[in-house]
Amino acid sequence: MSGVRVLVGTHKGAFVLNSDGKRKDWAVSGPFFAGWEIYHVKGSPVDPDRIYASQTSGWFGQLIQRSDDGGKTWHQPGLPNEAIPAPGPPAALPNRFVYDSSAETGKPLTTHQWYDGTQHPWEFKRVWHIEPSLTEADTVYAGVEDAALFKSTDGGENWKELSGLRGHGTGPQWQPGAGGMGLHTILLDPTDPKRIYIAISAAGAFRTNDGGVTWKPINKGLRSQYIPDPNAEVGHCVHHLAMHRSRPDVLFMQKHWDVMRTDDAGESWREVSGNLPTDFGFAIDVHAHEPETLYVVPIKSDSEHYPVDGKLRVYRSRTGGNEWEPLAKGLPEKDCYVNVLRDAMAVDTLDDCGIYFGTTGGQVYASADSGDSWAPIVRDLPAVLSVEVQTLN
Amino acid sequence: MGPENDGAKDEGVCVLSEAAKTVATVRVALPFHLRNLARVEGDVLLEVSAPVTIRAVLDALEERYPMLRGTIREYETGKRRAFLRFFACEEDWSLESPDKLLPDAVTSGREPLLILGAIAGG
Repeated sequence: MSGVRVLVGTHKGAFVLNSDGKRKDWAVSGPFFAGWEIYHVKGSPVDPDRIYASQTSGWFGQLIQRSDDGGKTWHQPGLPNEAIPAPGPPAALPNRFVYDSSAETGKPLTTHQWYDGTQHPWEFKRVWHIEPSLTEADTVYAGVEDAALFKSTDGGENWKELSGLRGHGTGPQWQPGAGGMGLHTILLDPTDPKRIYIAISAAGAFRTNDGGVTWKPINKGLRSQYIPDPNAEVGHCVHHLAMHRSRPDVLFMQKHWDVMRTDDAGESWREVSGNLPTDFGFAIDVHAHEPETLYVVPIKSDSEHYPVDGKLRVYRSRTGGNEWEPLAKGLPEKDCYVNVLRDAMAVDTLDDCGIYFGTTGGQVYASADSGDSWAPIVRDLPAVLSVEVQTLN
Repeated sequence: MGPENDGAKDEGVCVLSEAAKTVATVRVALPFHLRNLARVEGDVLLEVSAPVTIRAVLDALEERYPMLRGTIREYETGKRRAFLRFFACEEDWSLESPDKLLPDAVTSGREPLLILGAIAGG
């Protein structure tokens, strides 16, 4: 019997929602890490019982948590909960994210652009996104604020920065967006383990073809009228990227404003906002079985972070963009002023593809019919920061 | 007595003793979230070798409960995290040197070393 597990990160804890393949009745467990901000929770495609969570707090800093039993119990990687540790320095430092500026493996890159245009030291704040490897259960990537990419090859026990990203040359031009300078999107190419796409607010999108040693900005075609040079190589506020695993050269982007598409691995982008009522938004995703079917949640504007006219709508394009249809059945018709954040939409891979998204109002909505109809599978959670889905066999 | 009544509120209670020069059992009161992380209820008791300072107590705490590493002091610098405060004998020790000797009431276990999260918000 197939099933679905939805992993929800919220402003005040993590929740795990389970259902069978019908996706009608849901069991809610949690909150895990009650009271903590859970920016992201994601499971390993190699071992679905292996789940990583980013747990963060303004008081206590950043923690990485791991479950090896499908979200029932959690521990910091390498640090068993009840065991009395052996004397001596610990072998596992799962919460240590230190920028690599050594001459041997990195570059002495220490500053980026601050809001006022001056240079500012790089300061680690939190992990925004965790991306487990597609092929190795113990390999996992972390996108952090201030923007950098880290990698662990021991299940999250220790982390090392892939410093070529910050060191490739444009780093001093990167500038934080209003929400901070976070590396929020990591896409792994299923056909080439050395090719990775990432995106940073507000620097743009980047690609490596060599496993993270060297990086290239891939922002040609993006146009952002709110920056001094609208066509600049970096400085674009990319909100999220999405890819279908069968076509890793094709990416879709929800930019601050504009929905964009590339067919050549980011070498050039073109706008596909088409008939959307507004092309501002955060979340974007692709149907599991239809590479030209994509989903966005239009948000009124960057000054008003809620849906147009108080009506919550997902918009679907079956043509790879430009032609969009509103999906409203089961979603609030009025008085809805929530937001849907960048990592708060995901799809399952059942035959009839399920689409999921969470709101800052604490609802998680699901569609078991590719978006035709929706229902809340849980409501009244804390504000939802992230939604990920595991399809279980 | 140890060096000049360091950190003592009341000379009769919070002063240093000979015990502080050897091994002390120190009681540490953690904030709610850190008790949950460490999976403890109530105060934590730690054996701390002299000299008993905040640095020594935190070293012992992190050695016994490595899941707390980085939550009280920043990983690389060892600095107290900005929104945490240390109290001993009703005195704020947050801005004191981490190498200053703690008072006798703490090193004898009569008084806890309090680690508090600042009240922030509105």
